[in-house]
Amino acid sequence: MPVSSTHYLFLSLLLFSIGIMGTLTRRNAVIIFMCIELMLNAVNLLLVAFSRMYADVNAQLFVFFIMVVAAAEVAVGLAIIVMMYRKVQSVDINILNRLKH
Amino acid sequence: MIQFIYLVPLFPLLGFLLNGLLWNKMPKNMGGLIGSGAILASFVVSLLVFFEVRNPGFQGPVTVRLFDFIQTANINIPFAFQVDALSSLFLLIITGVGFLIHVYSMSYMHEDSGMVKYFAYLNLFVFSMLLLVLGANYLIMFIGWEGVGLCSYLLIGFWFKNRDYTNAAKKAFVMNRIGDLGFLVGMLLVLANFHTLTYKDFFTQLSSGGAGNGSLYFWITVCFFIGATGKSAQVPLYTWLPDAMAGPTPVSALIHAATMVTAGIYMIARSNVLYTLAPATLNIVAIIGLVTAILAATIAIRQYDIKKVLAYSTVSQLGFMFLALGVGAYTTAVFHVMTHAFFKALLFLGSGSVIHAMGGEQDIRKMGGLSKHMKITQLTFLIGCLAISGIPGLSGFFSKDAILTAAYEHNPVLYYLGIVAAMMTAFYMFRLYFLTFTGSFRGTEEQHHHLHESPAAMTMPLVVLAILSVAGGYVGMPEVFHMPNFLNEYLKPVVSNIGEGHIEASMEWMLMGISVAVSVVMIAVAYSMHKNPNFAPSTGLAKAMENKWYIDEIYDAVVVKPIERLSVFMNRFVEKMGIDATVDGVGKSVKWGSDRLRLLQSGQVGFYIFFMVIGMVVLFALSFFCFK
Amino acid sequence: MDFYSILFWVLSVLAVGCALGVILSRNPVHSVLCLILTFFAISGHYILMNAQFLAIVNIIVYAGAIMVLFLFVIMLMNLNADVEPQKGHLIQLAGVVSGGILFLVILTAVKDVKNQSMEMPTTPIGLIENLGKELFHKYTLPFEISSVLFLSAMIGAVIIGKKDPAAAHAEN
Repeated sequence: MPVSSTHYLFLSLLLFSIGIMGTLTRRNAVIIFMCIELMLNAVNLLLVAFSRMYADVNAQLFVFFIMVVAAAEVAVGLAIIVMMYRKVQSVDINILNRLKH
Repeated sequence: MIQFIYLVPLFPLLGFLLNGLLWNKMPKNMGGLIGSGAILASFVVSLLVFFEVRNPGFQGPVTVRLFDFIQTANINIPFAFQVDALSSLFLLIITGVGFLIHVYSMSYMHEDSGMVKYFAYLNLFVFSMLLLVLGANYLIMFIGWEGVGLCSYLLIGFWFKNRDYTNAAKKAFVMNRIGDLGFLVGMLLVLANFHTLTYKDFFTQLSSGGAGNGSLYFWITVCFFIGATGKSAQVPLYTWLPDAMAGPTPVSALIHAATMVTAGIYMIARSNVLYTLAPATLNIVAIIGLVTAILAATIAIRQYDIKKVLAYSTVSQLGFMFLALGVGAYTTAVFHVMTHAFFKALLFLGSGSVIHAMGGEQDIRKMGGLSKHMKITQLTFLIGCLAISGIPGLSGFFSKDAILTAAYEHNPVLYYLGIVAAMMTAFYMFRLYFLTFTGSFRGTEEQHHHLHESPAAMTMPLVVLAILSVAGGYVGMPEVFHMPNFLNEYLKPVVSNIGEGHIEASMEWMLMGISVAVSVVMIAVAYSMHKNPNFAPSTGLAKAMENKWYIDEIYDAVVVKPIERLSVFMNRFVEKMGIDATVDGVGKSVKWGSDRLRLLQSGQVGFYIFFMVIGMVVLFALSFFCFK
Repeated sequence: MDFYSILFWVLSVLAVGCALGVILSRNPVHSVLCLILTFFAISGHYILMNAQFLAIVNIIVYAGAIMVLFLFVIMLMNLNADVEPQKGHLIQLAGVVSGGILFLVILTAVKDVKNQSMEMPTTPIGLIENLGKELFHKYTLPFEISSVLFLSAMIGAVIIGKKDPAAAHAEN
């Protein structure tokens, strides 16, 4: 059976769900961050697949911008994590419950 | 002048507003002058209206419409006054006697700090009473009815710092209210079946064989009569009137002798067309009137407070008036209202003069021999007693005799029982007179020094009322004297007795003779019994009579206590556990819910992400599978 | 099975396996390395679809820069398998289950979409020349603004990461 767009759909979906499971399962802030990156990449894959399907270049440009945003986000996010580590000497997200009512 | 009829209630209303709003700042005498002046002005206008109505060229009841009061699809009730013979007569009585009592009050209440308030209430009372008699439909009458009930409450409890007085005021108001429910139900029955409350339309519908049948007329008249028993202190709703003596004496004179308690009689006299169609109710009215007359008279025989004796006397005389109504003698009842207003107001004001002289003492056991010190009061009081006992020549004789004659025509048994009540009336009134004014003084030395005749402002009204008590009867003389009965002629267009006298002249002379004879005999008995009074504690039957046949206690046990228990029960179960619990419960459940919801904000990031994913799942599922 | 399919399946298995490795490994450093491999696999997919530019950019930006940054941070904090915090088993199960439910729901929704073979003649769309033309013609503004975005991210990272002067003084 030739590879069809449906295959890419399933693959992307699978990677996305694995990313979600990782976000929910881990307690380390850095690992959670990495799982978010995984989810972003799953979406990128799907977008590129659609771009190939519909011969539309705009999708690939969108992927480009997603990568831009992801990079900026990682920079700032890791800075925040580092600052958190300086404060509480740990990156366990369960420690961050100051917003508790 | 008839078009200006609205001035009659307007003056007292203005008096009330002036005195009522400015009572802190108004000087006492000015307040009294404003109050009395307002009533005098109303009296003058009423007099002019009376002359116009009496004019032979007067055409029937005149309705003066002020404005539309209630206007809906089916119901049209204007705020209108009806000027005719009956209302103009009552106007004169109310404003005339009212004016005299206002003048009396200016002196009697002179030391009281709340005098201006007192005059405001009095004016409001007169205003309501005028509304009552002037109304052209039952609704205006009802407004006045409620208004006089309110003013009665305010004035009985005038010295409000005393708990007993305020309780008496409350009792009066509540008993009145019970009667008012009857009135209201009657009004609603009339409205539902005849679609109008205006007298003219209603009575026209009735006489042309309207929509009702015997049963409907019975219920309407019974309901109205229940209202009358409340307002006019008949059995079973009479116990408030003796307690109402807690108010100032002029109030007792005005409200509980001359005007408010006659509202019931006015109402039935006004509705005579209706009552003629319900003979069963008329019988009930007569019987209750007679029972009340006898019962109250028995209690009065054994009372030692001046005002209480007069109060029970009022209840008894009202019973006579209802007896007259019950046998169909409407104009006779109105006649007795008029004469009773004169001599009862006289008696009350006289007793006020006595109380004033005794420095506030009301117990007749402590009085005696006052005639030496208070000639005017004594003479006028004597005239009042003679009038009420039905001695010939005075007004009471003519009216009471007319009632007894009408009773005899209807049913001789009523006549005999009426004679019994008249005997007792003569007895207790003269017992009161002899104990108060004759013999030797039985009070303290200090009171003896204080005894003096009252000032002119108090004695002048006494004299005027005494003159009226003597002369007032000659307008309604019975046939046998072969003199025209001015009153009957005057009232004929509006109200007339059923079955004008059909007994022979000789019979009538004999009846008159019997009633005079028994009165004189009882006066003599009273004199002999109280020459050397002996105030031993009462035993047996006398004790029951002194304690008002324990009726108050019976009411308390049978009506008041169960209601109290019911209200306690309702408070505990319905109010606290039911309603409060529900309302509090709503608040508490909201609080509980929010306490639970608060736990969602745990501050844990992982928790939040988890719920985000769940939310996403739910949204996806809904959007993909439910909403196409 | 032709070459295309084999390549696809190999790359897919690699990608999924390394993704699982990311979330399952206890040592953070191993997670990072697995993620790098995942990115390589995805880049492989891009090349398979002739999105050449994106494939290279993916490697350079993601695997090269972002993941290195991650590694730096992990090294900085000296995270290893011993100090790694673990969630309770029940919570982990709940997380996995919800992820799985999400997967199934979306799968059910999109299983019937039109599909089209991916093995089509090579188009010039993914080439850098065409991408560049589109980027600098239609998307000039977003391009420039993304530079502003980077600027703000840089400044933000520097500010956030700076030590308090007072705290620095106290430390000294």
